[in-house]
Amino acid sequence: MIFDLLGVPPQALLGQLLLGLINGSFYALLSLGLALIFGMLNIINFAHGALYMMGAFVSWMLLTYLGIPFWPSLILAPLIVALFGMALERTMLSKLYHLDHLYGLLLTFGLALIIEGAFRTMYGVSGRVYPIPEILRGGTNLGFMFLPNYRAFVVVVALFVCLGVWFFIERTRIGSYLRAGTENPELLQAFGINVPRMITLTYGLGVGLAALTGVLAAPIYQVHPLMGFHMIIVVFAVVVIGGLGSMLGAIVTGLLLGVVEGFTRVFYPEASATVVFIIMAIVLLLRPQGLFGKR
Amino acid sequence: MERNHLILAVVAVVALLIAPHLLYSVFLMKVLCFALFACAFNLLLGYGGLLSFGHAAYFGSASYVTAHTMKVWGFTPELGIIAGMLAAALLGLVFGWLAIRRAGIYFAMVTLAFAQMVYFYALQAPFTGGEDGIQAVPRGELFGFIDLRDDISLYYFVLALFLIGFFVLYRTVYSPFGQVLKAIRENEPRAISLGYRTNHFKLATFVLSATFSGMAGAATVLVFQLASLTYVEWQMSGEVVLMTLLGGMGTVLGPVVGAALVVTLQTYLAPFGAWVTIILGVIFVICVLLFRRGIVGEALARFAFLKNDKAQLQRSDVAEATVTKEAAHDPVKPL
Repeated sequence: MIFDLLGVPPQALLGQLLLGLINGSFYALLSLGLALIFGMLNIINFAHGALYMMGAFVSWMLLTYLGIPFWPSLILAPLIVALFGMALERTMLSKLYHLDHLYGLLLTFGLALIIEGAFRTMYGVSGRVYPIPEILRGGTNLGFMFLPNYRAFVVVVALFVCLGVWFFIERTRIGSYLRAGTENPELLQAFGINVPRMITLTYGLGVGLAALTGVLAAPIYQVHPLMGFHMIIVVFAVVVIGGLGSMLGAIVTGLLLGVVEGFTRVFYPEASATVVFIIMAIVLLLRPQGLFGKR
Repeated sequence: MERNHLILAVVAVVALLIAPHLLYSVFLMKVLCFALFACAFNLLLGYGGLLSFGHAAYFGSASYVTAHTMKVWGFTPELGIIAGMLAAALLGLVFGWLAIRRAGIYFAMVTLAFAQMVYFYALQAPFTGGEDGIQAVPRGELFGFIDLRDDISLYYFVLALFLIGFFVLYRTVYSPFGQVLKAIRENEPRAISLGYRTNHFKLATFVLSATFSGMAGAATVLVFQLASLTYVEWQMSGEVVLMTLLGGMGTVLGPVVGAALVVTLQTYLAPFGAWVTIILGVIFVICVLLFRRGIVGEALARFAFLKNDKAQLQRSDVAEATVTKEAAHDPVKPL
């Protein structure tokens, strides 16, 4: 058996691999949203992590205060957070498009502090548990490993959503407007498309993806006001590695790095938190524009 | 201009010399340390046009090295500080060498990621004491005979450090090196075509900025006798950005004003916990949306308007334009 050669029990290896795949699909969803927003708004959304956290919190609040279960909140929570994001875009971000990208980064950093601070004043720093929905509890025995149902479900949904968004952008008519807007917004406006509204909706879509990731993450990790911040830094590294140029690039890089992180956790646990950053350093050395970036 | 600066400098130094007899000296030392940190950061952002979102790495790693060498190896304060600065410089050299390969927002993301790496290292490494940090660091005796346990003598030592750092950074900005740096910020391809190796200039600036951030971190250890994870966390990187932005980036005094305001705010709001974060965030948003020149930049602009002084006007324009230029070779097309 190959596992005997590696000296690691198969259950541990496959378990970490699955966790890596889950993290990877979260990275994929988040960096996809970042890439979308960056393409249209030319802004790096520092608040992405905070909005991911908000997605998790909103679904927890829906359950706790209104008794709305997981399934409706899988749609509702991202919608609420997306509306919130679009309000932010209309009132603040839209004032910065004529300035350098860095101001967008600084503004969204400030927004991230406000959002995270607000949840911390309301809920403190202790984590909250979100129960796994009834149908997805337990697991399936595959013979060589025990597969928790919810985790399998998360990976499938995340991949499905990623591919759906990719298809929407690359293969549909509205998607083609979006790509045109990324290339040349003035020309697109001249063709009678309402570009400002499209920018708002794109921001909403990116934010909605972040919130959806948060809802999916809630039953796996604890719902915690600071859960977004570490996530966003890793996702930034993922984005530097992959480059913001391509949707598919963002998805593939995200998944790949999650798996690499999972493997590292088995073979050299001390480095599992930093392996993504080390890969980023290597990529900067060998291919500074990123794996999928264009020079 | 030079004469105005000189008068201002003399007044400021006299005020700083008297200050500890009027105000709480530990608070003043904290302000001085953070003012130095923000000045070092401003060299990179305000004059180099490079936004680093991970300057806590240099501040924090210097504080750990200073604390460790003084507590465990028995270094005197001046040697401890030099060791801390060397560590920060070395780290700045490695990270800067990698990070300057990208410009604009990518540069910010890369520096943030490296700083997070340092944070995880500090969390796990045996000598940093993990969550506890390195506590009860002895202040020691400066040069072997000046006892720094007395807050007032420590204050004058920290003040001396601040003035040295401030002077070096000020001289750098107004030197030929500083002029080339501004040229690179305004138009990098043109600076290259004039024969400047812009990457060497950027790296030198990065290392200089990291070194003096390290000096600030090392001095903070002497003041609080502690090196902890707070100093390497991302919040610290964010705070120094805010201090510079609030005071006015690309102005000499802006970071000092910004640091004084932010530290005062944190001191008075400390009992309100997470509200501090919210208020800092609100200030961030207001600065970016309403006054991008910062307090000092805004004041200079008013002053220039009244006096119709061309030199002043240009300088405040620079403050506004600080980060509006980005390297043209960024792979993404502008909107």
